[in-house]
Amino acid sequence: MKFQVNGIAREVAGATTLADVVTHFKLDAKIIVIEHNLTIVPREHYANTPVAEGDKIEIVHFVGGGC
Amino acid sequence: MTDLLKIGSYDFHSRLLLGTGKFPDLDTQQRAVDASGTQVLTFAIRRLNLDNPDNPNFLEQLNVSAYTLLPNTAGAQTAAEAVRIARLAKASGLCDMIKVEVIGDMRTLLPDPIGTLQATEQLVKEGFTVLTYTNDDPILARHLIEAGAAAVMPGASPIGSGLGLLNPHYLSFVIEECAGKVPVIIDAGVGSTADVAQAMELGADAVLLNTAVAGAKDPVLMAEAMKLAIEAGRKGYLAGRIAKKRYANASSPLEMMIE
Repeated sequence: MKFQVNGIAREVAGATTLADVVTHFKLDAKIIVIEHNLTIVPREHYANTPVAEGDKIEIVHFVGGGC
Repeated sequence: MTDLLKIGSYDFHSRLLLGTGKFPDLDTQQRAVDASGTQVLTFAIRRLNLDNPDNPNFLEQLNVSAYTLLPNTAGAQTAAEAVRIARLAKASGLCDMIKVEVIGDMRTLLPDPIGTLQATEQLVKEGFTVLTYTNDDPILARHLIEAGAAAVMPGASPIGSGLGLLNPHYLSFVIEECAGKVPVIIDAGVGSTADVAQAMELGADAVLLNTAVAGAKDPVLMAEAMKLAIEAGRKGYLAGRIAKKRYANASSPLEMMIE
């Protein structure tokens, strides 16, 4: 299945939920936040959030920054 | 004597807030953070690089429970973008503070005052502890306080410029406007320990800096120097400096001179 992940079209084979996408990119242990079609999804809901072809997924994290 | 910095429901001993950008490497950064004595670290929110998700990340090496995290909305050019970034930051579960930053011009990185106020109003309504990066404008500071900002953060000069306090007079107006209501944190543009001490002597409650430490020849030593400058400036402010006089005023008695 193809999604727009962080602005790039990406194939994630066999993904049915957001948790599958997280596992696909090996992000299970990381401090991340996910926005699914512009809605923030809490970590505990990854497994029960279904994904569909063409969904927009933003995966963000904290990076160094000041002002 | 305990002299605490109070921001919303938070109390801090340290009056130095430190950014986490532009350090030469993560080890230097960690040692600089330790040397600075800071209790508040700022971060930005960005897309994860999915082709290289295991790039070393400072936050993941940090004992996050030892610090209060202050994510910023850097990169936002509208109130809506800032609100979106703030919500993402809060969803991490690591913090409810947000440094609102809505940039109006990419060359100067000066804040857009209207977007800044709108984002502050919205995020206060959503329950964030909002610290707002703003101009050295006392009227805007008043509006931000009315909107519920937990701290007003006027820039000393353009972000990363190291130009120091370009308009200490207006900064003192901002400090007067906020006195007894919310803390003033001088944010952006300080370059040296002298700048930091000057900001604290003016009556600022704290200073947020990043480049001045991260870009120093020895960031760890500079972090310690900044900590001391904060303390010196704060104590100098509390002690109350002497009035300036136009002519000399002898310290030694002028009576009973030997003739």
